[in-house]
Amino acid sequence: MDSALIPKGVKRCSLPVFLFGVGIVGVVLLWGVYAMLLCWLKGLNQTNMNDSYGFALWIWADLAVIAIGGGAFFSGFLKYILGIDELKNIINYAVLIGFICYSSALLILAIDVGQPLRSWFIFWHPNVHFMLTEVAFCLSCYFAVLTIEYIPLVLENRKLDEIPFIHNFTHNMHGIMAVFAATGVFLSCFHQGSLGGVSGVLYGRPFAFREHILVWPWTFFLYTWSAAACGPCFTILLTKILEKITGKKLVKDYVIDILAKISGIMISTYIIAKIIDTIYWAWVTAPSMGFNLMDFYSSEHSNPLYHGLWILLLEIVIGGIVPAVILISKKLRSNQKLLLTAVICGTMGVCLNRWVMVMQPMAMPVMPFDSWNLYLPSWQEWATTILPVAYGIILIAFSYRYLPIFPQEKELNPIEE
Amino acid sequence: MFPFSFEWIWDMGHMVFMGGLWYALGIIGLGMTYVIIKTLQDTFGNGGGGDHH
Amino acid sequence: MKQEHNQDKKYKKYGMVIDLDKCTGCGSCMVACMAENNVPFKEDESNKLDSITWMRVYKLTNKKPFPDTEICYLPRPCMHCEGRHSGHSPCVSVCPATATDYDMETGIVSQIYTRCFGCRYCMAACPYHARYFNWWDPVWPEGMQKSLSPNVSPRMRGVVEKCSFCYHRYQLAKDKAYFQGRKELREEDYQTSCTQACPAGAITFGDLNNPHHKVHQMVLPDLAHHGKPKKKNAFRLLERLGTNPKVYYLSSKKWVRDMGDNYTIEEKHKGVKEELHH
Repeated sequence: MDSALIPKGVKRCSLPVFLFGVGIVGVVLLWGVYAMLLCWLKGLNQTNMNDSYGFALWIWADLAVIAIGGGAFFSGFLKYILGIDELKNIINYAVLIGFICYSSALLILAIDVGQPLRSWFIFWHPNVHFMLTEVAFCLSCYFAVLTIEYIPLVLENRKLDEIPFIHNFTHNMHGIMAVFAATGVFLSCFHQGSLGGVSGVLYGRPFAFREHILVWPWTFFLYTWSAAACGPCFTILLTKILEKITGKKLVKDYVIDILAKISGIMISTYIIAKIIDTIYWAWVTAPSMGFNLMDFYSSEHSNPLYHGLWILLLEIVIGGIVPAVILISKKLRSNQKLLLTAVICGTMGVCLNRWVMVMQPMAMPVMPFDSWNLYLPSWQEWATTILPVAYGIILIAFSYRYLPIFPQEKELNPIEE
Repeated sequence: MFPFSFEWIWDMGHMVFMGGLWYALGIIGLGMTYVIIKTLQDTFGNGGGGDHH
Repeated sequence: MKQEHNQDKKYKKYGMVIDLDKCTGCGSCMVACMAENNVPFKEDESNKLDSITWMRVYKLTNKKPFPDTEICYLPRPCMHCEGRHSGHSPCVSVCPATATDYDMETGIVSQIYTRCFGCRYCMAACPYHARYFNWWDPVWPEGMQKSLSPNVSPRMRGVVEKCSFCYHRYQLAKDKAYFQGRKELREEDYQTSCTQACPAGAITFGDLNNPHHKVHQMVLPDLAHHGKPKKKNAFRLLERLGTNPKVYYLSSKKWVRDMGDNYTIEEKHKGVKEELHH
């Protein structure tokens, strides 16, 4: 029925099957949209946030999607700046994932603020001394860049490409793409870092605060580094998931291997820096404010399930050391199961890091007579957090069906005419 | 956001932050303008057909 | 943010000294604050995690079993932190839209309700939980709107609010002084609502920079060391974080003073708590 829109030389499932799958996810999407509207119309009293725990589950999701969406900027950096041309076979997908992640992040922010209609104040009355302002600038600009990178992909649809203006437009966009990609790398590096800075500068919160180098806290560098390291893990993970769902090989192994190897090197260096950071924080920074490491993790009032030391160990060992060891070794990463384990661990590690840096500081009391805060999201918060996932699945489904996302698909899956 | 707004101060913070923002917006704006003009030229300047493949 | 140094004589540094030995925990300061500042309330105020209390009285205990149990009440307004360098309060430094500002002339941390867009980063930055979010639109019982103060604007849903040291009273006092042909405010001209409401006289308010004001004499802030109190029984909450708050506490009890800050196990063993403060 829609065969005229499907790229030439590739096979797709029938339209009813496709619509059925998309429809199921669409229901989840509508559930999320309903919760989102509740938050907008009735206010943030729909959430279980409170004055002591002022950040919601979705803020973690926001930071996590920005981190794992880092695959787009880092792949762009590798391809356009360092000239690793093989990555052209996965860059489209990385851009699509980045586009989904960043549009989700902006949507989440629009739900999160108490007065969404005033969001433009951050541009109009910026506090140029705070990193969140920089985050807002770079996030918006980088989303514009990702849109610019995604548009040519959409316009490469078979039917659209037949229109001369659109064909020429796409061609010219590709011609200048390196400039946009370079701008994107510049923007992304800064806002990833600034998001880390946003936690690291909270000197009233000893759990989050980190020492500074000039105006940048350590977390500034760790965030950029971890996004560049673990973002590609998420790109690989989603490629593998899509390959599993479609039952086809979409990207050649050597392309994945290049990305996995670079990711491995990045995670290895990142996790060393993270361990040094943790040791310095635990033994120097926190004690200077009157805290022992275990004050942050165990308390007679806190539930070890929520605030136990296991979170730190999970983040560093399972989410850092394990993927680093697997991905850095040619032998280990060649094993498909181990590769999959590594990219799952890497993705989980960076997501957990964002949880630790943004949510955990809210839980821990700073005044000695204050108590721990536990926070359980309301269904509206779960729904709005799942909303971007459903949106992402639908956008990937449509993009995969109608756009030439994977240049190697035809060659890897020849169909007999 | 603009130098004529009452809060604007010509200090390092404003120059770096706002300079960065306007620089990025400038590249995006100029880049897209270039692409649109070139596409119009390619499409309608040479008898209506593009010659790129 | 202006970066001038406020050591200049003409700048004031309004602050508060709360004598915990005198505080009975009656809550008058909280009530007076709510009435004065049009603070909204819910029908059920039992959940303190989402109700707005610009001034909140905490109950401290020495955690010892009977008969050695002792308790102390600690009123906690906004600390109007100055930070280690002028105006670098934990909250002011993190507001992306400059909706909260440090006033160099008075040392008061302001909140511009109509500019705040409710990102709540200031709340995350404040270790004292002195900032509150309007989770609901303010609704007053029928007829109560007539008793609202015309000098303080009520806040809308979705913005952050906090103690302003009754800034409107400062403005009114300035106006009055101007009409009377005075350039300077007298100590009694500008007093916060909680100060006047405290039946035990536990709260004292004034200009910490002015040696003639009681607050200065009660704690002797050391301007060379970010306002650390020189008086033995005086302390500030979370001194070690470097927030440089302008609310000082007095207590003759060591365990109460120790509750004002965090100490590592090693420090507790060494018993260096007092030395760290003085």
